[in-house]
Amino acid sequence: MSAEYLKESASQTAGPYVHIGCVPSFAGLTGMYGGNDLGDTMITGDVKGERITIEGYVFDGSGAPAKDALLEIWQADAAGLYNAPTETRGQADPNFTGWGRQPTDGDTGRYRFETIKPGAVPYPGGQMQAPHCVVWIVARGINLGLNTRIYFDDEADANASDPVLNKVELSARRDTLVAKKSGNTYTFNIHLQGEHETVFFDI
Amino acid sequence: MTQTAKPETGAFSPRDLDHQPPAFTPGYKTSILRSPQRNLVSFENTVSEITGPTFGHQMLGELDNDLILNYAAPGESAIGERLIVHGRVLDEQGRPVPNVLVEFWQANAGGRYRHKKDAYLAALDPNFGGCGRTISAEDGSYNFRTVKPGPYPWPNGANDWRPAHIHFSVFGHGFAQRLITQMYFEGDPHIALCPIVQTIPDETAIDALVARLDMDNTIPMDIRAYRFDIVLRGRRSTLFENRLEGN
Ligand SMILES: [Fe+2]
Repeated sequence: MSAEYLKESASQTAGPYVHIGCVPSFAGLTGMYGGNDLGDTMITGDVKGERITIEGYVFDGSGAPAKDALLEIWQADAAGLYNAPTETRGQADPNFTGWGRQPTDGDTGRYRFETIKPGAVPYPGGQMQAPHCVVWIVARGINLGLNTRIYFDDEADANASDPVLNKVELSARRDTLVAKKSGNTYTFNIHLQGEHETVFFDI
Repeated sequence: MTQTAKPETGAFSPRDLDHQPPAFTPGYKTSILRSPQRNLVSFENTVSEITGPTFGHQMLGELDNDLILNYAAPGESAIGERLIVHGRVLDEQGRPVPNVLVEFWQANAGGRYRHKKDAYLAALDPNFGGCGRTISAEDGSYNFRTVKPGPYPWPNGANDWRPAHIHFSVFGHGFAQRLITQMYFEGDPHIALCPIVQTIPDETAIDALVARLDMDNTIPMDIRAYRFDIVLRGRRSTLFENRLEGN
């Protein structure tokens, strides 16, 4: 094969109308794609594991919620397997897609995912990572999609030894990656900027 | 070298951030309050970044990649310059990226979006929705039909206009490849004037987002073609591992 090296296409903001392309029913184009926004439903059948809700806001540097953002999450099933052809460790739960996509509400700014608690997955070398979802955030004003992770506050021991959380040098900043549980709902607020700025990753 | 049928599962090459727009770009005012100010934290790819969702061709509707017809009343079609937009999804090694979802959305021929937050004076076209999707073929190719979007004004500077553009959302085989970008049209004088385009610090990176008129794929008396290739991050070379397996 010839050594042809190309550069990754440059990113451009998703803009204020990202909903038309990614969640058209939410945008009012209810006739598109059979009326189903892709990624709206992560649980497609009798899923294994603990059903949870993850919800929160995306705050800008002035503390205002972004009402035009779009979030995607990607996570393992309850057994720690990803529903993907590139998953080499086993067959994931067929009733769980592992991938969700939700807009923040145009009036309130709140987002919500109905999902399950993910299982633990390994880190290169074999150590285990704490249960987590990877998150990708795009919006007007965000030039390159932001990558972060959602961990869970009822996994304190696993979080304490998680190799990715431990890459965050200031331990106080690790808390920006940990969702707070109340009942079956975890609250995960994202701060794009400011005193409580969320940790974002270069993955 | 041994060839295996297994999907590639290696880590991705680090993202070349010099080729990407920085977060804080004051010429694009909305970025000022939406840009993280602390350094990104780096770590090696894990299975969470290397894997990603995949989508089957069977989920596509017949008109999903035809914006001229997919919102139009029976027997009608969208108003505007008829276009085929096509190209390939490639990785940084120049290899095709097959079977990945590509989504696109755009304003109509007058520069108006079908969105409740778009209050531009230009009229809506009752036969144009403005969204479509497709999945790349085995050779990485994709195509769709649409009408050329119009430029539109936007609140930023006192008199800023977006070049004609189509928004793209592209999946790869791993979540770390996820990309959103915009495609522009060759020869548009607004490209050089646009604060969003100019968030990209590298002229060659901007040029790679400009689609070229493609007369070879233009259909006489019907529709013109533009070509736009999309490059996703590539996986690190596994040459060494393959050689070990071959021994
Ligand atoms: Fe736009």
